[in-house]
Amino acid sequence: MSLANETIASLRRRLAKREITSSDIVRDIASAIESKNDTIGAYLSWDVDAAISEANKADTNSPLGGVPIAIKDNINVTGQPCTCGSKILAENYRAPYDATSIKQLRSAGAVPFGRLNMDEFAMGSSTENSALGVTRNPWDTDRIPGGSSGGSASSVASATAIAALGSDTGGSIRQPAALCGVVGLKPTYGRVSRYGLVAFASSLDQIGTLTKTVEDSALLLNHLCGHDPRDSTSLNEAVPDFTSALGRDIKGLRIGLPKEYFISGIHPAVAASAQAAIRQLESLGAHIEEISLPHTDAGVSTYYILAPAEASANLARFDGVRYGHRTASASDILDHYFSSRAEGFGPEVKRRILLGTYVLSSGYYDAYYLKAQRARTLIRRDFEQAFEKVDVIISPTAPSPAHKMGELKNNPLQAYLEDVFTIPANLAGLPAMSVPSGFAEEEGRKLPVGIQIIGKSLDEMTMIRVAHAFEQVSGLAHLSAP
Amino acid sequence: MPMSAPAIDIQKIATLARLKLTSDEADLYQAQLGKILDYMDVLERYDLGGVEPTAHAMPVHNVLRADESRPSFSRDEALSNAPKSSHGQFQIPKVVE
Repeated sequence: MSLANETIASLRRRLAKREITSSDIVRDIASAIESKNDTIGAYLSWDVDAAISEANKADTNSPLGGVPIAIKDNINVTGQPCTCGSKILAENYRAPYDATSIKQLRSAGAVPFGRLNMDEFAMGSSTENSALGVTRNPWDTDRIPGGSSGGSASSVASATAIAALGSDTGGSIRQPAALCGVVGLKPTYGRVSRYGLVAFASSLDQIGTLTKTVEDSALLLNHLCGHDPRDSTSLNEAVPDFTSALGRDIKGLRIGLPKEYFISGIHPAVAASAQAAIRQLESLGAHIEEISLPHTDAGVSTYYILAPAEASANLARFDGVRYGHRTASASDILDHYFSSRAEGFGPEVKRRILLGTYVLSSGYYDAYYLKAQRARTLIRRDFEQAFEKVDVIISPTAPSPAHKMGELKNNPLQAYLEDVFTIPANLAGLPAMSVPSGFAEEEGRKLPVGIQIIGKSLDEMTMIRVAHAFEQVSGLAHLSAP
Repeated sequence: MPMSAPAIDIQKIATLARLKLTSDEADLYQAQLGKILDYMDVLERYDLGGVEPTAHAMPVHNVLRADESRPSFSRDEALSNAPKSSHGQFQIPKVVE
């Protein structure tokens, strides 16, 4: 069986016993990519020679020694492209440095291999906003993989990657994880350095993991976290061994179900699998309690004011001067800026830059941006109050299973509303993860759905503990798309 | 101030954002932004007057380092992705007449 089907944990055992080599794994992944990428389209590029060369030097005594990890194409890896799914960086940008998260993975012996497709500049929930390629859901190739880390989720789900890094600003790891039947984890804001992650919304972005199992997410998380002086928002907090949260019981743990998340609009299969999950957690001894997060309704509008505002500032750097697309003939410096950016950015990116510019502009700042910042405070306080009574909060990850490609194309607002369950954790800076909870059946195809577990700030341990306990009884660990 | 108020001056916004829009794009984005901003009226339901704004999820402030120079990119590394460079500098259209 191809090594591409295995987990980080199982490969590490075999590498340590010298049963296999790291380059064996790279070769199996490369074969899998060659046979499946034309259909699934998870990868924008992959450099086998560079990966084999690194694999041959990998120290298999290191904790992640010899394990290839696929990387979302907005995280800088020296010498490799970093397109962000955009024409503006697709021409010939090559990263001159490693993101801190990549440096840390390399120190642990991992081998970054492959660049994964994404919604352009991480703006989207379907990966349809990529300017560079189409990514499909491995469970039904007429459907979206979710986004913006659609390449990350679909590569893991199609066994064309062992595990992948993604980024999450409003749900971009968790939602594609749910739609593709894999585990997606976003840490507490500030746990993982953002240095080297191309910024979308600086107060919301976090790098995280897409893996086949909860165990693999803990194994990776151990090496992604840590204070980084190069990221002024990075937290100076000790990094526990997240694997010690695995295999622990959850008797007496208090699980909160926010009534605002269990609403009538969600797909019946999503609701049913969430209810089944809750019953299973109860049977494991957890105490279930209904809670209220009263300002949930404000989440989408708060996010879609703040994130585009921050993006409008972060994307100002794409001016065709130091890197990226430059227009062929500009009449003057202003025309150079106007045209380079107009030619390079796709429609969703332009839409959000315009929206962000508007809400920050003179005369509108108070009415929108400041108002949204105040709403953000209330959303944070909802969680603080809830966490006085419960240890974790559980909800569906997404309101429905994967939509068909093109379904939400002409309705940006409808697409934004799909992020309703994932956005609040980013606004509050809390750790959150999605684990597979079941399937919907649409037109004879099984489509994965997921539940989301939100932890207290810095308490990834309890979140992982609950996720693992659930995974062990759910029968849904390490799903393989047909 | 009412939120779903005057028509958006999309060309003025596009100018601020340094984006050249075709007239079709301008019409499309104007309509789409209008719809999105109308939705933002949801925030009117809440009494936000006395609430402190949150700029950041975690309370990390004034992160400084010692004012000491340290190695960074070499000139070549910094220029490595330049669309146009010359004499060890980024080359751009004339800025000052």
